[in-house]
Amino acid sequence: MDRSSAVIALVRRHGLIVAFLIFIVLVSANSPTFLTVGNFLDVIRQTSITGMIALGVTFVVITGRFDLSVGSMLTLLTVVVVDQHNAVGPGLALLFVLVGGMVLGAVNGLLIGFIGLNALIVTLAMLSFLQGLTLLYSGGANVNIADAQSWFALFGRGTVYNIPVPVLIFLASAAAASFLLRKTIFGRTVYAVGGNEVATRFSGINSRWTIFLAYVLSGLATAGAAIIMGSRVMGAQNTIGQGYELTVLAGVVLGGTSLIGGSGSIWRTVLGIIMLGFIQNGLLLLGYPYYVQWLVTWFVIIAAVWIDLGAKRGRLFA
Amino acid sequence: MTARPQDAPVLEIRGICKTFPGVRALDEVSFNVGKGEVHAIVGENGAGKSTLMKVLAGLHAPDGGKLVYNGQEQSFTSPLDARLKGILLVHQELSLSPELSVAENIYLGAWPTNRVGVLRKKKLHEDARAALQALGSDINPMTRVGELSIARQQMVEIARAQAFNANVVIFDEPTASLADTEKAQLFKTILELKERGRSILYISHKMDEIFAITDRITVLRDGKYQGTETTAETDIDKITRMMIGRDLDAYFHRAKSAPGAEVLRVEKMCSSDFSDVSLSVHAGEVLGLYGLIGAGRSEVAESLFGMRQIRSGTLYWHGEETPFPKPRQAIEMGISLVPESRKEQGLVLGMNGRENTTLPHLSAYAQAGVMVHSREMQTYREYVDLLDIRTSGPDQLVATLSGGNQQKFVLAKWLCGHPKLIILDEPTRGIDIGSKSAIHKFIAGLAEQGLAVIVISSEMPEILGVSHRVAVMSEGKIVAEFTGADQTEENLIAAVSERRNVEAPEEGSAERPPVDARAVMGGQG
Ligand SMILES: Nc1ncnc2c1ncn2[C@@H]1O[C@H](COP(=O)(O)OP(=O)(O)OP(=O)(O)O)[C@@H](O)[C@H]1O
Ligand SMILES: [Mg+2]
Repeated sequence: MDRSSAVIALVRRHGLIVAFLIFIVLVSANSPTFLTVGNFLDVIRQTSITGMIALGVTFVVITGRFDLSVGSMLTLLTVVVVDQHNAVGPGLALLFVLVGGMVLGAVNGLLIGFIGLNALIVTLAMLSFLQGLTLLYSGGANVNIADAQSWFALFGRGTVYNIPVPVLIFLASAAAASFLLRKTIFGRTVYAVGGNEVATRFSGINSRWTIFLAYVLSGLATAGAAIIMGSRVMGAQNTIGQGYELTVLAGVVLGGTSLIGGSGSIWRTVLGIIMLGFIQNGLLLLGYPYYVQWLVTWFVIIAAVWIDLGAKRGRLFA
Repeated sequence: MTARPQDAPVLEIRGICKTFPGVRALDEVSFNVGKGEVHAIVGENGAGKSTLMKVLAGLHAPDGGKLVYNGQEQSFTSPLDARLKGILLVHQELSLSPELSVAENIYLGAWPTNRVGVLRKKKLHEDARAALQALGSDINPMTRVGELSIARQQMVEIARAQAFNANVVIFDEPTASLADTEKAQLFKTILELKERGRSILYISHKMDEIFAITDRITVLRDGKYQGTETTAETDIDKITRMMIGRDLDAYFHRAKSAPGAEVLRVEKMCSSDFSDVSLSVHAGEVLGLYGLIGAGRSEVAESLFGMRQIRSGTLYWHGEETPFPKPRQAIEMGISLVPESRKEQGLVLGMNGRENTTLPHLSAYAQAGVMVHSREMQTYREYVDLLDIRTSGPDQLVATLSGGNQQKFVLAKWLCGHPKLIILDEPTRGIDIGSKSAIHKFIAGLAEQGLAVIVISSEMPEILGVSHRVAVMSEGKIVAEFTGADQTEENLIAAVSERRNVEAPEEGSAERPPVDARAVMGGQG
């Protein structure tokens, strides 16, 4: 029992990375473009949107909770940023979206942290609510940014010394998030709440605030992603964020952050998201259609959750 | 008590080794367990007792050595495997599934099914009831385990021994959370098991229990085997010397300070768990709160700390009327609570000792919201030294610490904020005798520095030994208060049993050592 749990722990720590490296070797043997700098930057650029969201979701997951509303939140916020860009200009549009993301996160946080409702249900309901709200807002039409020369294009399309701006935004945000999680009082309470909420309350920490703030961060991060998305597409459709909630979750768990809560880190999430990006990119280069990525998401989530549980109970099977 | 013949061992432990990252938990441990023997395993916190028992019960695979069971070399692949072969571990920390019923828990992993795999509920319940009845317990096998008290949960674990017809039953600190009557019941059960030729391994830090019920005593120290003594031919001093390598300065330390100004007073505090509780505690004073388990003492403590809703009552803090605080305010006022259950209320098991220690006082270890690592480390080191906590380093998760060392981190966590009033709910639960007297000395030291201290304990010698004044609780009420010469064992027993109408266990029985023995046993209570 002890030995098998040691093996599980090893798989949990390094196994996915090993499997990933094997995948890389296989793909690069079959596709000459896979291991090129250009492709690498491409992958990172593509992952910056899921990555941004995942930064916020990591906080929520470490508190031992979920946020399944980020996909449709991404849609709504992207539609809003594009539409408001046309209406009030890029500066105010950015402000609206950042505040809007935090407000939506705060609604989740209130219901889950302060009222104590189940996170899965609350955010799933929010997912549906925001889908409806998006259509209500847009009237079902796609929107595009009228002024193609707007500086707003910088966030999704710009480069600095050949490095895509979205990548820079993602990495800078990751550094900030990592600092917040590892070095601050708030970060410490996030781990504590996820590890043992009762003991945390016995330590005089208001776990409700911690949970609330984690959801606010999740909303803020999603707003950041919406800005990159809107800027990259210079427009928005009503389904643009569909399915992102699970892709993001797959990236978080692929990095090894436990869905049970209490452990995990930002660098793990960054690693997980980038690995996931390479897997999807590799599959595309191998000639599989893009929707194969949903199958991959399934596989990654099941594998990661299974290994997590296996490590906790010391064996893989019930 | 007679030692059983050692020539027919049921279990031979031969050179067992087990290493965890950073610690050699077991180093070539060898000894035998005889048939029909009650065999104590003693040692300091972190000596390797629980680890050894987990190896025997199939939870850990040893790195070296072998187990000979009934004359055959054995290796157990899982706890269920060990259980089916007749070795059963009753855990230090209870390990039942709260959502399952009593019967389902007893037979966990071996539920009776019919040919197509459907659970035979009726048989399950009947078997479970039979197992419980054999132990003299009236627990309904259909109850959800989460609804049972800790003592009753433990009964359920013991019923497993009965149900699986276990040959070797291992108890890891079984009495840590039992009330006296329940303890007496447990000892009766153990002796019955022994009569039927079962072998019992018994881990405890309570020497009175060990000398009352065991035949032989094996001592571990730092993972190494120190020897096995026949209980009837040895004494506490010898065993302690083997355990800690020196003599124990084992007397209770009562603070020498005279009580000063009043720190806290509550009047007519009521809640759903207790009523009309009035008490006060002064600077430099240790107030003991005695009572049986379930009397409402922990509830009072948690209420003073703001973890529970109060219905009515008044609180005076340093003489001024103050609203009942929330936990955060309580901490800021200078109230600390070392809670009853270290695993549920005391610690975040997935964090290390440093993070647990500073958790209630994060802002004191931060600058503009950013944690200052060096400040945290300073406190961590200070308290690891002060309380003699054994860890493999500041990064060791408290989940992997021994039970007693976990408890010490709970103490560290609540002492490092320099409180004015500290409430200690069973502060020495699971703590070895050497550290126990260190903690008693420490409590006395706190009072001498001017702190007000409330100690809750179910161990009478501990309460009597450390307190200036003892309040007795029973069924949610404070029924008596004793100081000075009135503060005696007889008075406490009388106060408790008067209300409960329960027969006090007779003098000298296992759970209440006679008065003179107390002086000898000192620290271990
Ligand atoms: N899973 C683990 N990982 C790492 N170290 C461990 C693990 N389990 C136990 N240890 C270490 O092994 C040593 C022995 O621990 P063990 O729990 O056996 O002590 P013990 O004698 O039962 O102490 P106590 O009286 O406090 O319960 C300790 O130093 C402990 O920190
Ligand atoms: Mg132990």
